[in-house]
Parts: sequence; structure tokens; C-alpha cells
Amino acid sequence: MAFTENLSSVDGGLKSELGKKGIVVATLNELYNWGRRSSIWPMQFGLACCAIEMIATACARYDIARFGAELFRPSPRQSDLMIVAGTVTKKMAPQVVRLYNQMAEPKYVITMGACSIAGGPFIDGYNVLRGIDRYIPIDVHLPGCPPRPEALLYGLMELQRKIDGQTIEKTEWYQKGLKREYPVPECGPHGLIPKFNPEVWAPREVDHRKERYGEPVLIGKKDKAPNLDAPVAARPAATSASSASQPSAS
Amino acid sequence: MEKIFSARDPSALNTETLEINFGPQHPSTHGVFRMNIVCDGETVVSLKPVMGYLHRNHEQIAENMSYAASMPYTDRLDYFNSMSNNFGYSLAVEKLANIEVPERAQYIRVIMAELTRLVNHVSVIGFLLNDLGAFFTPVLYAFREREKILDIFEEVSGARMMCNYFRFGGVKYEIQPHILQRIKEIVKKFPKFLEEFEALLSKNEILCMRCQNVGVLPKELAVSASITGPMLRASGVDYDIRKVDKYSIYGRFKFRIPLGEKGDVYDRYYVRILEMHESLKILDQALKDIPATGELVSKKMAPFLKSPRNFKPPVGEAYGRVEAPKGELGFYVVSDGTPQPWRYHVRAPSFINLTILEDMCLGHKIADVIVILGSVDIVLGEVDH
Ligand code: SF4
Repeated sequence: MAFTENLSSVDGGLKSELGKKGIVVATLNELYNWGRRSSIWPMQFGLACCAIEMIATACARYDIARFGAELFRPSPRQSDLMIVAGTVTKKMAPQVVRLYNQMAEPKYVITMGACSIAGGPFIDGYNVLRGIDRYIPIDVHLPGCPPRPEALLYGLMELQRKIDGQTIEKTEWYQKGLKREYPVPECGPHGLIPKFNPEVWAPREVDHRKERYGEPVLIGKKDKAPNLDAPVAARPAATSASSASQPSAS
Repeated sequence: MEKIFSARDPSALNTETLEINFGPQHPSTHGVFRMNIVCDGETVVSLKPVMGYLHRNHEQIAENMSYAASMPYTDRLDYFNSMSNNFGYSLAVEKLANIEVPERAQYIRVIMAELTRLVNHVSVIGFLLNDLGAFFTPVLYAFREREKILDIFEEVSGARMMCNYFRFGGVKYEIQPHILQRIKEIVKKFPKFLEEFEALLSKNEILCMRCQNVGVLPKELAVSASITGPMLRASGVDYDIRKVDKYSIYGRFKFRIPLGEKGDVYDRYYVRILEMHESLKILDQALKDIPATGELVSKKMAPFLKSPRNFKPPVGEAYGRVEAPKGELGFYVVSDGTPQPWRYHVRAPSFINLTILEDMCLGHKIADVIVILGSVDIVLGEVDH
């Protein structure tokens, strides 16, 4: 993968030869990244069900401490990594972006679970965001509902590989005039809108969904409330479970 | 002329109240719960909960899909104990469509529900201690036991947390004899763990001092606020739906209902410990009596496992409730004869238990608010559903 190659000018064979004599040769980049990747401090910030798996990862069996990331900090100012663990709702999204803005550079984000990637099982809800990556940059996506603790560990390892690939000269947080403040989203006519590039999230002018996928299949029309006061015998019996015909093959 | 304040007479002090916003991102709010607290010095004068940070439209989504399809969504209500949520929902629909549940499935359901209660109570106590300042040590013990039970859930249902195991009229998968054997082993070893847990905690002086006489909930107030679950029983009201309703096959088991005396945080903690002992008794009996073979899903419902959209309960309404680890979990379903429910409502225990928070916290120090909140045992997925 592209981001993992951190070319060292020191020959590998020479390095191991020197290592036998007790001499360690490393580039500054390697040292810098080794330090950063071995002590990622995640933020103790759970949103929903996935947070429980995050806690399970921190506990005895999975023990995230083996990867140097056991120190869950309650404050965003002390943490390097935000694990967005759970469903992000429209009410919560501004808070998440604010927390991200408050984190100190360098900062990384892992989305944990289908919900924070794209809305997950609750995508049909009117209050659920279709993914937090529209509002803040994400480094690793972890699918699953919820992802197993092993998956979170794997995601962390992926992040470590990403960190390994960064170099001091090119990293953004040493560039001059860096401003990584993401605008806090606000409620617009079509849900939350990030202020900086609203045109990206504008709704489609022509809705192609019908041509491509056909008419949406609706089962049961919902325009009349059932009459619960009618005696049981008078209710439509044809729809009852007992008399429902055997399921057809369709 | 300037007023001269005397330290002896605090009423002469001109103090101002301080408004604190607590949450939604706070390690002790168990998720994304927010409180607006007004304090006078360190004493809480008023407390307003702000909810809705995890409102996931559970009811609206469930009204737009077939009955069976909202079963996995009930898992995500109270994500500590998915099995009891499944239980409540399937009871409601079974009442609606008049479905019998075969014997073996009943036993499996009870076993799973009680295992869930163990998982929930043990982790809740861990988190309560976390809020008290015993940072993560009790949780480590709690999660060690939790993992063992989750292993069983994984083996029977295929998922650790979101089991989606119950079906209308039964359960989905067979439970193998070796799994039953493992459950038996867990049940045998669990009292020893509880002993260890209790030795560390129950008589611990710090725990006693922080918890006793804090957040007292009087009997009458608890009843009039329709509090349920361990919180109600800690206040000394003998009300357990397992005994009152005798739903499923709970009428067959011998177990007692632990009751508290005062209704403070310590009682709530101790009632949970005792409830685990009772759950183990139920598990013991259920594991002994479970029939070796039998149907998993009733004959009437078996065809609908493959084609859930053809399942159309008759017009009517039903309310099914279970004693979930957090309280009375009820599902109200109205059918209009189509494959989708006309109305679907969840009576979430932790949401209703939370309404009493202000009354319990008034007059206490702000540090106690966290402990009281921890003892209410909320899960935000259920509070906001
Ligand atoms: S992905 Fe699944 S488990 Fe995770 S928060 Fe969403 S619904 Fe819960």
C-alpha cells in the first residue's frame, strides 16, 4: 500500500548487522513514527452499541494495551485518536465535529461500526446521519454491527501502518498556516449541512433512483387506522396469521 | 454601607448559583446523555436532563418494515441485553397472533434471558464502581465474566452482542448439548466469582460511605413515578413481572425477589447482586428440566421463518412485557392486518426510570449525581430509542 512505504536510506542488511553489535540505526522519521504509533491515546467517547465493544476491547481479554492504546482520555485535548463508536444523529453531529476540532494535532479518527460509516441499520431514520465522514476526515473505516473487538484491534494496526508512512517534512501539522478546523454543521432544509462546501451535499436535481432501481416496493398501505373496537368476528379474517396461506415462492 | 459577612451565619452570604452543563460527551454519563445542573456551591439545586442525542427512530423504522424485520432492531435498544429485548417483542407479537411456543424453546428463552440478566447486572455494577472512582478495576472483573457468557451467545446465535436469536413462536437455532454443558459450568462457577466480587466491594468502606443514604428514593415516590426493575425493588416494593405475570414458564421455577429497605444507591447495588444469585437458581432449575429434544419453532410459524413478509397477524393490539434487567420492558403493537405493524411502541424502562433523577439528586453534592445516575442503570439506546 502506498501509505506504508517509508523509504529508509539505510540498507536493511547493514541495519541488522549493526543491530547484532548493539548499534541501532534509525532515521528520524522512523523514531518519530515509532514513538507516535506506540502510544496512541484514544478518546473515551462512546455513542452507542459499538462503544460497548470498544470497552470490551480495552478490557482483559482483548487488551488494547498490547498496542499501546489503552489510555482512554476523557478530554479531547489530550487524545490523539477519536473512535466514533456508534450512531451519529443530527443532534450529536455538531458535538462530534466540535470534539474533533478540539483535539490537538496530529489527530486521527476511526469510525467504528456501520452506523458511523453510513448510517448502518438506522439509515432510514429521519434523525440519523449518513456517515460522519462528510463532516470530518476519517482515517480507518471499520465495518460491522458491531465490529468485533478483534476488528477494532485490526483497525488500530491499520492506523499504525498509516502513521508509519508519514514523514516529518510532509506532515500537515508542521506546514505553515495549517487550519484544520472543520465547520460545525448546521441544520438546513435537507438535514445537516457543512458550511464550507454545501454544493457537494446538495440534493440531486433529477432523481434517477426510479429509472435505475424501479418503483420502490411497498407492502401494505398505511392510510387507515385499524378499527380495534370492532368485535373480533367482524374484523377481516382473511389476513389473520392462522388463515394466511402458505408462503408463495415469490 | 457594606454588608459585613459573618462566617458563622451562612445565610448572610450572598452566593450565586452556578449552572453546569454536563455531557453529552462525558465518561460518566454512560453514552450521550446531557444534564443541565444548577448548583449552589457544590449542592445541586436543580437538574434538567436533556435527551435525544441518540434518537434513532426505532419506532418509525419498525412501523415501515415487516414484523420479523424489526427483531434485530430490538437488539439495539438496550445493547447490553439483546436477548431480553427479543423476548419482550416476541411475547407481544405472539400475543397478537395467538402463537404457542414449544416447550424446549420456552426453556431456551428463559435460559438466555437469565444469562442476559447476569451480563447486565455484572457490568452495571462494574460501571457504577467506575463512576465511584474505582477506575476500570471492577469493570475488568465484570467483563471477564461477561466474555464467558458472550461466548455462549456467540455459539448459539452467531453474534456476540446483537444476537437476534428469538423468533415468533420459538428461537432460531438449536442449542447443542455441549453448550448446555458449558452453561452449566458457568452457573456452577458464577457464585464463586460473585463471592470474589463481593469480597472486594460489598463491605468496602469507601463504597459504603459513598453509596449509603445517597439518592434515596422513597417507596411512594417510586410507585407514583412508575419506576420498575431493580430500582423499584431496592425501594422495598415487591413487584417483579416474572412473578406477577408469570409469562413464558416463569411460574414453574422457585426463586425469590430480593428487596431493599431504604432505596439508596447501596440498596440498588445490593439488590442487583442478590438478583444474580436468584437468576442462577432459575438457571439451575431450567438446565435440569429442559427437554432433550423438541421443536424450536411452533408449527404455525415455521413457514414464516423463510418468508417473514407473509406473516400477517390479525387486526388487533397487544402489549407484551418482560422483566428486563433494567425494569419493565414493554412492546405495544397494533396490527391492521398488513405485514407491517400500524403502531409500534416501546416502553423503555431506563427512560422512565430516568424521570426520577432530579428528585433523587436534589440536595446532594455534585459528585453524588454521577453515582446516582450510575445506579439508575441507563442505556442511552433505550432512553432515546
Ligand atoms: S453499527 Fe450496529 S452496533 Fe454499532 S452503533 Fe450502529 S447499530 Fe449499534
